Amino acid sequence: MRNYIILTATLAALAIPGGCGQQGRGASEADGTGNETTEITVVGSTTVQPLAELFSEAYEAIDPNVRVIISGGGSSVGVKSATEQTADVGMASREIKESEIQSCPEIVIHTIARDGIAVVANPDLGVDGITMEQARGIFAGEITDWSEVGGAPGMITVAAREEGSGTRSAFEDLVMGDVFISETAILQPSNGAIRTTIASTPGSIAFISFGYIDSSTKPIAIDGALPTAENVSAGSYPVVRPLNMVTYGEPTGAVAEWLEFIVGEDGQAIVVAEGYLPI
Amino acid sequence: MRAVLLISALASVLIVLLIFFFTLKEAVPAFREVGVWKMLSGTVWRPGNGEFGILAMITGSGLVTLGAILIGVPLALSTAVFLSEIAPEWIVRIVRPSIELLAGIPSVVYGLFGMVVIVPLVRIIPAPGNAGYGLLSASIVLAVMVLPTIANISEFAIRSVPTGYREGSLALGATRWETISRVMIPAAKPGIISAVVLGLGRALGETIAMIMVIGNSVILPRAITGNPLSIFLSRARTLTGNIAVEISYATGVHESALFATGVVLFILIMLVNSSAGFLLKKGAHR
Repeated sequence: MRNYIILTATLAALAIPGGCGQQGRGASEADGTGNETTEITVVGSTTVQPLAELFSEAYEAIDPNVRVIISGGGSSVGVKSATEQTADVGMASREIKESEIQSCPEIVIHTIARDGIAVVANPDLGVDGITMEQARGIFAGEITDWSEVGGAPGMITVAAREEGSGTRSAFEDLVMGDVFISETAILQPSNGAIRTTIASTPGSIAFISFGYIDSSTKPIAIDGALPTAENVSAGSYPVVRPLNMVTYGEPTGAVAEWLEFIVGEDGQAIVVAEGYLPI
Repeated sequence: MRAVLLISALASVLIVLLIFFFTLKEAVPAFREVGVWKMLSGTVWRPGNGEFGILAMITGSGLVTLGAILIGVPLALSTAVFLSEIAPEWIVRIVRPSIELLAGIPSVVYGLFGMVVIVPLVRIIPAPGNAGYGLLSASIVLAVMVLPTIANISEFAIRSVPTGYREGSLALGATRWETISRVMIPAAKPGIISAVVLGLGRALGETIAMIMVIGNSVILPRAITGNPLSIFLSRARTLTGNIAVEISYATGVHESALFATGVVLFILIMLVNSSAGFLLKKGAHR
């Protein structure tokens, strides 16, 4: 499969000299008649994917000539697909890395929503809040007992997302800094699996996307601010990441219209309804 | 007709070869960049930093399979003996379909069961750092998963022993238990060995259920208390889990390193299967 993509991309590169990408793709516009369908391909983050699906559903109802084809793959794949122009739009649930911009200065970043990352613990835990410093210590595996952060004595079990996850890399950037997440942490490959682990393991702590907070886990305040949309708007909750769409160059035609719809009133209403934060 | 059959038979050989060579081809960049030995003996897996050691995963896969066999084989073998030699027909008619049903349960359901039932049970064992997720939970779940394979084939093997063996043994004055343990099981040994090896292969290849209960931490499992058996309370990651957890994010050398993990898994399973062939031959010569 990958080979086909590379092959197609290489052939296209021979035909059309591009920038850092290899291919001059662009949305396949309808020619003239107005009855043909325009396809927009969107690839990347699995955190953004459900939102993108709702956007396209709503947008296709308005403009039936547009078909949005969405697939996952993760934030890195999203950025790569946009820079290599194998997709019209890449999705990324994190900041676009310096190295990614350097390797392709032509990419344009469109922030379409924001998502907080909450630190959550098992609901039976007596601790209500920790400081940023303590959070770093706990996830690094240096603080190993709840009594060290003001709770009843009990072992801290750290759970985290796997290497490469957008949520993990955003958490590392925003909270951990240069410190590594403990290598003995339980790793689970999705927000849902993390939630099940936390709900069933006494003394456990992890980080999940705001969209996944429910009564089975206990949100922990960081530096006194609980992970809520209000605290994010007020600027007191610090762990917030942008959800981005990436295009190669300024978008035109159907892609531009679709992105305008997303950042517009209707699109942002969907963002809020799904538990994410508007831009 | 003969040609059609031949082509069908060759197709599976071709598919195995194709899978192996394409996996190998994708793995070559990682082997070249990191070095085969460095990859096999390295214990640090940090793709973000360009460190790709898979020894921890090899050990994880090995230990969880060993655990599953230690728990699963006695259970499966007892089941097989019971069904073939002892149980009355009406019990067999209830038990055998239940075992076959076990084989039909999707592995994600086993994983879920492990997460909400086995993990909390294992957590009761008092040991520092034991949160229930780890090799023991994974071994128990895996033991149940390989049980149908081992039990069914072993039962078939025992049933295939000619009735004359049993009758002869009983006629010589041996008790029923002596007949089972000294005559029936040894006579069925080649079949039982193949059953265990098939179980081993299934255990090595199991992915999603393992991801859900083993903790997935990339650490070389070690005993967490003075008791060496507590190594099974350690968290671990399997080779299959390594691929499944990370492949959707991987690009470049990282992706290639995951294919390399697949190659190692492939070779391990081939080794297991060929050692079975060797054991069977050795058994036959005796």
